[in-house]
Amino acid sequence: MSAGPNLVAFATITRREVVRILRIWMQTLLPSAITMTLYFVIFGRLVGSRIGDIVPGIGYIDYIVPGLIMMAVITNSYGNISSSFFGAKFQRYVEEMLVSPMPPWVILAGYVAGAVMRGLLVAAIVLAISLFFTRIHLFHPWVTLSTVLLTAVVFSLAGFVNAVYARKFDDIALVPTFVLAPLTYLGGVFYSVDQLGTPWREISHANPILYMVNAFRYGLLGISDVGMGVAYAVMLAFAVALGAIALVLLERGIGLRS
Amino acid sequence: MTNPAALDVVELKKTYANGVEALKGISLRVEPGDFFALLGPNGAGKSTLIGILSSLVNATSGDARVFGVSVRARRSAAMRLIGLVPQELNFNPFEKPFDICVNQAGFYGIPRAVAAERAEKYLKQLVLWDKAFEPSRTMSGGMKRRLMIARAMMSEPKLLILDEPTAGVDIEIRRSMWKFVSSINAAGTTVILTTHYLEEAEQLCRNIAIIDHGRIIENTSMRRLLSKLDVETLVLDLERPSPTLPDVPGVRLVRVDELTVEAEMSREHDLNSLFASLSAHGVMVRSMRNKANRLEELFVRLVETGKAAGKEAA
Repeated sequence: MSAGPNLVAFATITRREVVRILRIWMQTLLPSAITMTLYFVIFGRLVGSRIGDIVPGIGYIDYIVPGLIMMAVITNSYGNISSSFFGAKFQRYVEEMLVSPMPPWVILAGYVAGAVMRGLLVAAIVLAISLFFTRIHLFHPWVTLSTVLLTAVVFSLAGFVNAVYARKFDDIALVPTFVLAPLTYLGGVFYSVDQLGTPWREISHANPILYMVNAFRYGLLGISDVGMGVAYAVMLAFAVALGAIALVLLERGIGLRS
Repeated sequence: MTNPAALDVVELKKTYANGVEALKGISLRVEPGDFFALLGPNGAGKSTLIGILSSLVNATSGDARVFGVSVRARRSAAMRLIGLVPQELNFNPFEKPFDICVNQAGFYGIPRAVAAERAEKYLKQLVLWDKAFEPSRTMSGGMKRRLMIARAMMSEPKLLILDEPTAGVDIEIRRSMWKFVSSINAAGTTVILTTHYLEEAEQLCRNIAIIDHGRIIENTSMRRLLSKLDVETLVLDLERPSPTLPDVPGVRLVRVDELTVEAEMSREHDLNSLFASLSAHGVMVRSMRNKANRLEELFVRLVETGKAAGKEAA
């Protein structure tokens, strides 16, 4: 297959995913908007006004905006690919792709692109909602954009691996509930890990979401608990490792071919 | 230089992880332009073979070449030549038929504008155009089957594999489906068909393979296979009840009820002598039909022979 047909195939999967996201927008886009509005009202306005500035000039609501956006990106990019690909597997229409000439990497790239699109759409929605509560100063646009993209890619790939192994719908609900949610809440969304004592501060540094949230916070606010070099290294390492795992699974047809 | 076979299966074996030996080294050749029947009882290995051809099942050993292209070594190139209509419905019920077809073409790298034209062409040919923009879950069973044929045609394959495409479809729709598939075959597409409706296979297919317990037990032309049928059973509907039946040399007459008699006879036996004997005894025949489809009789006989041989070997 030359680059042309692969590009058409990639665009087809991506387009199908985006159409699906927009068709069921009440399930894909609206929940994050409602949840994040509640976070802004409760933690930002009501609780935040009593906490005051986290660092001079940065109020609590400003501090949690980057983390809340990343939280939405993580759950939506992961949830999109795990539910969509598992749904295709469950209803067997994944076979439409498996019997086609498409190489595995095109299938993976198409699904990841669709999930990243949902992550970015939700990020834009949450960012727009946050403007009703505070002002956003974009300190480092490229850091902001690259972090949100890399994070969406990492969690799309993780969601894909989950979907490949899943045998029932419960299997795709377990990871978000028991892994993603705790890691996100403990990843410095609502607080600075520098406020934690030993050993919790050191333990927190083993959480990859900490690096993503802080890199994004650095892009928006110019402050971070971690170095940018380490943050990018962690994000890239996870993206490469998960991408390799997902490709091997697809190449071998694990959970897909007999 | 000879043209490669549309399908050349060489010593194909498949053993599943649970130890089930679905294919025990089968070899098969389908010529370009053929309408080929692949028959066998449930669990014979047909779906495994089709799964390997469409790359949904990994072969344990052996190979299959589609127009000379190895499914194992050059999967993408081989898949480009195959269109598959699977046994089970496998499209997204929330998508519209038009989108299902256009997306399928997209997976084959066909640009959207070309795909849209083909989708309209095949959905119209299969009488689905008025449902093209409604969710596919609202369609009837027969429509869904036709949609899978339209979808398989989007890449305009050289080899179309139909895995029991008419299961549960009423006779009228079955006929319209076969009319379409016959026209595709007449235009040059090689067709491989598996079906449990053996009269369909007899009417449509020129060549046939029967697979049982993972082995090909017959592979020949339909005409040659049917010529092997040496005995046939005719069902005679009588004008009025007849208390006695004559002894007709070479014919075994069996009374089913007072107005129905079965005549089991050699294919070489002429019907004139049968009717002459019946007339002489005052037995008047109102109508006559074959008891079973000829291919069905052969099929059952071959599979039963295989079972008996298996028992003996055991």
